[in-house]
Amino acid sequence: MGETKKYIKNRVAFLDLKVPGYAPVIGIAGLLLLWEIVCRLGWVAPLYLPAPTAILAAGWEMLTKGELLQNLGASLYRIVLGYLLGASVGIIVGLLLGFSRWADAIGSPILYSLYPIPKIALLPLIVLWLGIGELPKVTIIALGVFFPVVINTFSGVKNVDSVLIKAAVSFGSNHFNVIRKVILPGALPVIFAGLKLAAGTSLLLLVAAEMIAAQHGIGSMILHYGNLMITTKLMVGILVLSMLGLLLNRGLQWLENKLLPWK
Amino acid sequence: MRVVVDGVTKTFKDKKGREVTALSKIDFAIDRQEFVVLVGPSGCGKSTLLNIVGGLLSPSEGSVYFDGLSSAGSDPRLGIVFQEIALLPWRTVFENVIYGLEEMGISKKEQKEKGQYYIDMVGLTGFEQAFPKQLSGGMKQRAGIARALAIEPDLLLMDEPFSALDAQSRTLMQEELLTIWNRTKLSTLYVTHNIQEAVYLADRVIVLSRHPGKIKEIIRIDLPKTGRDQEEHRIQFDEYVKQIWDLIRHDAQDALKEG
Repeated sequence: MGETKKYIKNRVAFLDLKVPGYAPVIGIAGLLLLWEIVCRLGWVAPLYLPAPTAILAAGWEMLTKGELLQNLGASLYRIVLGYLLGASVGIIVGLLLGFSRWADAIGSPILYSLYPIPKIALLPLIVLWLGIGELPKVTIIALGVFFPVVINTFSGVKNVDSVLIKAAVSFGSNHFNVIRKVILPGALPVIFAGLKLAAGTSLLLLVAAEMIAAQHGIGSMILHYGNLMITTKLMVGILVLSMLGLLLNRGLQWLENKLLPWK
Repeated sequence: MRVVVDGVTKTFKDKKGREVTALSKIDFAIDRQEFVVLVGPSGCGKSTLLNIVGGLLSPSEGSVYFDGLSSAGSDPRLGIVFQEIALLPWRTVFENVIYGLEEMGISKKEQKEKGQYYIDMVGLTGFEQAFPKQLSGGMKQRAGIARALAIEPDLLLMDEPFSALDAQSRTLMQEELLTIWNRTKLSTLYVTHNIQEAVYLADRVIVLSRHPGKIKEIIRIDLPKTGRDQEEHRIQFDEYVKQIWDLIRHDAQDALKEG
């Protein structure tokens, strides 16, 4: 009787299959190429869909004339200020609500009744209250950032292992130090989830606020060229927004890696 | 100095709102440089009792106090070693060990000296800058012990510190704990459900019963503090273990049925 060898193979090799480094580029490059070809062959009128090269050319022109930087500067000012304001107030309020039973009991019902309101619906009200300057735009962005951050901070605090708090107190920490040394770092991973969520909201509200009433800003620029039907320049605005969003996300990711080396 | 546990009773409300007595009229004292071990089946309230002594839970009745503390005025210092280890994951080993020293407000230089001294004592030299998640269970608990020792406590409290470790690490850690204890001679209250561990470490073993948690018996272990695992003490050692096991057995069987 002949003996045959039957080798055992790893049947779950697909679980840790390695993909080459160039793979992510294929999709984007292919899409851009297809887009360019469709435009070059004249299948779609440039009024509806300008070619990527045409958008880049228009973008370069707007950059050299200073138009782009002026609008970008105005938008950056609003979003950075609004985001920082909303995020810092959100983190502080979230820590307090999470730490103090009293603050939780009194504050949480208010918070949860305001949370579901789409912040964009408040824009006319805020314009009514604060006028059409920079203040209402920064305020609406701050509001939009505040809610996801405060809710995430709160649940992050609630998720901190209570034995860590007990350990800190048993080694002599007062309430302030418990918040500073245990609760804040312990909640930080969840806070970052909120900060990332808020980045998208802040971009949305920035554009909405600038479209309603603004002299400068990427949002008003897009609206302006839309009305004039200059689609190439409109697309430049959209491209800038997409890069702004990407930058915001990457920045937060960088900060997270920097602040959470222990994860 | 003595630590006195005076008539401590603890009652809870269970989910159905009934009163459950976890601990009933517990009286005992821990003398200076004495190693007291609380042993009992699961659910006898031994961890509850340790938490009350550690100031992490209020008793329903009774009190815990320090008698004849040398430094009048200041609160007694308690060093707790937790079952869950409870190192802050975002702090390095060194930063965890000096946590209590930091809160005492002593100088950075002194923190560094004391921190290093106790890190060396527990055998963590070279791991000062590691984060807890980079360490094995045994190494983590060494850091937990160093953190408790570093504040030079009036009472050291240990709540099943080695229960999360595998059997081999556990045996080694028990030996090391004894070595460390012989250098520091801190008054210690130690909780375990492991009877061999209790006989190996204790000056006195307090056996608790369950439902309600009461002191069943207090047994003084008349063996030399070191070398209890040597052949010459084996018969006596086993007798102590058997004596304690006979006291607990019935309760432990009940605990098993209730799950």
